[in-house]
Amino acid sequence: MSNAVAKPASWVPKGDLQKEISAEKMLLELPRELQFITGSEAAREAIKRANIDCAISYPITPQSETMQQAGYLFDEGYIKEYYRGEEEIGVMSAIAGASRAGVRALTATSGPGLMRGMEAISSWPGARVTPVLLNMCRVINTPLAIQPDNIEMSFILNTGMIMLHAENQQDFFDYTIAACEVTEHVDVTLPAMVSVDGFFVTHARGPVSIPSDEYKLNRRDGWKNAVPAMDNENPPARISRDAPIQKSNFISYHMHASWQQEVFAAVERSAKYFDVLLKGRVEVINPEAEEFIIASGSAVSQAREAIRQEGENGRTVGLVKVKTIRPFPSAQIIAAVKNAKRILIPEFNQAGWLHKEVCSALYGKCKAEIVNGPRVYGGMTMPTEMILEWLQKTRKDFA
Amino acid sequence: MAVKRYNVRMAGIGGQGVVTASHIISNGVVISGGFSSLVPFFGSEKRNAPVESYVRISNQEIFEIGEIIFPNVLMIFHPSVITLGKSYTMPFYTGLKKGGIILINNKTPLKFSRDEQKELDDTEAKLWYLPATEIANEVAKTDLATNMAMCGAISAIFGLPDLESLAESVKDRFIGKGIVTSGGTAALDSAIEKKFAKKQKLLEANHDTLKASYQYAVEQGWANEGAGSKKESATV
Repeated sequence: MSNAVAKPASWVPKGDLQKEISAEKMLLELPRELQFITGSEAAREAIKRANIDCAISYPITPQSETMQQAGYLFDEGYIKEYYRGEEEIGVMSAIAGASRAGVRALTATSGPGLMRGMEAISSWPGARVTPVLLNMCRVINTPLAIQPDNIEMSFILNTGMIMLHAENQQDFFDYTIAACEVTEHVDVTLPAMVSVDGFFVTHARGPVSIPSDEYKLNRRDGWKNAVPAMDNENPPARISRDAPIQKSNFISYHMHASWQQEVFAAVERSAKYFDVLLKGRVEVINPEAEEFIIASGSAVSQAREAIRQEGENGRTVGLVKVKTIRPFPSAQIIAAVKNAKRILIPEFNQAGWLHKEVCSALYGKCKAEIVNGPRVYGGMTMPTEMILEWLQKTRKDFA
Repeated sequence: MAVKRYNVRMAGIGGQGVVTASHIISNGVVISGGFSSLVPFFGSEKRNAPVESYVRISNQEIFEIGEIIFPNVLMIFHPSVITLGKSYTMPFYTGLKKGGIILINNKTPLKFSRDEQKELDDTEAKLWYLPATEIANEVAKTDLATNMAMCGAISAIFGLPDLESLAESVKDRFIGKGIVTSGGTAALDSAIEKKFAKKQKLLEANHDTLKASYQYAVEQGWANEGAGSKKESATV
């Protein structure tokens, strides 16, 4: 299959030399070393330590760099199987198959690739397969662009996938490690998508502290999942052709409904694991503030700088960073902003999906004025100056 | 401690090493103990296509990411960025903060339209011309070292990164940890390595170019605009 130079008989895959530990040990206990690397390199370091059995991907800007790096990891023996699929429907279908077979599977894509793979991706949660999908956000609409606009995340919101939104290179490392383990807990057994802004994070250099590569996550035990790994010696040949599911009657509707309820309940059950591994699903700065910014992804970084500059001018602005989009940390957000008077939600997309999520969560629970913006889209970054302007205007409008 | 911040926007054309230069400067700042981040901006990786890259340099932790919309330093790697409009940002000085610095790779001053000149004057921009391609050709015997000449001048202007850290960063790029910039850059590497036969020789040529342009900038009186001097940077 591969045209790579054959390994000598004495070759030992480097992954075999790594010691297996839990995600909790890896993320919370091991000493870390600070590196100055790109988001793609941070993803590589995570993949190297995630004990990935099978990676499959199809290149797309800005994801390509990461999966090119994964190719090197395969060559060194950190990933057991790796190949380039034909395109994303094939990739997303194949990766589900790999996961169903009981191994830890990882893929990555960007905006338009995610859209192309959507049919397969939206079938993952119900199939209770556990692949981890790294999503390097990219514009999906016309005019064509390769810049980061995270509108594609809104298409995943209601699939039953776990969704994490990384702010920076450090998060991309940590969240990927966390996702690889949480997805496989028996009471979760779900796929996860770890999103990050393309270019602004993937191609940008930033500080990332990472534990030694002498360690990797414990291997997946496919038998322990809610829907166990397929027994390939005795494959069930008629999964979805069995009458009770396939035929439209009240039994099949009932079955389907309970199945979906269970998927979304499983999403909520993953919360307790992320609370530990990510040290909370929200991060709150200046909790006493009357004015809050709620953000996820890159918008958090811009908000931090705005808050710093406001602080220099003697004004306290609070921040709620949302780390997990699914499960959405409604209770934590309500608690954080209960005394807020004004809330700003900066986003890198036109639709304002985070604004809608926050409004649903806070409806009837908070008296603050929730401002519908600011937003940039088409892949542009949000200048800190824009957040400062909106803060000023909001202060005037809703004094 | 007052926050010093240099927001640098680099513009050039594909193949000149604009993105590599931003990685080298940024990495150099980190080596010297400062804080830095960068983000490149380009379309498909092809020769002569517009390329931009943004570097943030500070003496404190940097939160912001993404493109720099309001820079206080511009580095123009090729005159056609201005003369032919080969740029994502038009006109090239859009968003430049008052009193900002513009370093242009060209032997002689460029002629601007009346409107452009007025806007540059209103911004009180400092326009400096560096013959970077000529320095590269003379010292490294290849215009591929143009980006090194641009890096050297920036080091002289701000003192951050200092020349030593910058040289260390260049070493990282070629024989150290192997900075990953892009797939296209990897292909270019193998081409340029053949020409120089040995990486060591390549490294020396790059170091010499850095030093030569550093010296040039010092002689022009551009040095100590920033970090090392008493003068504060433009606020951001």
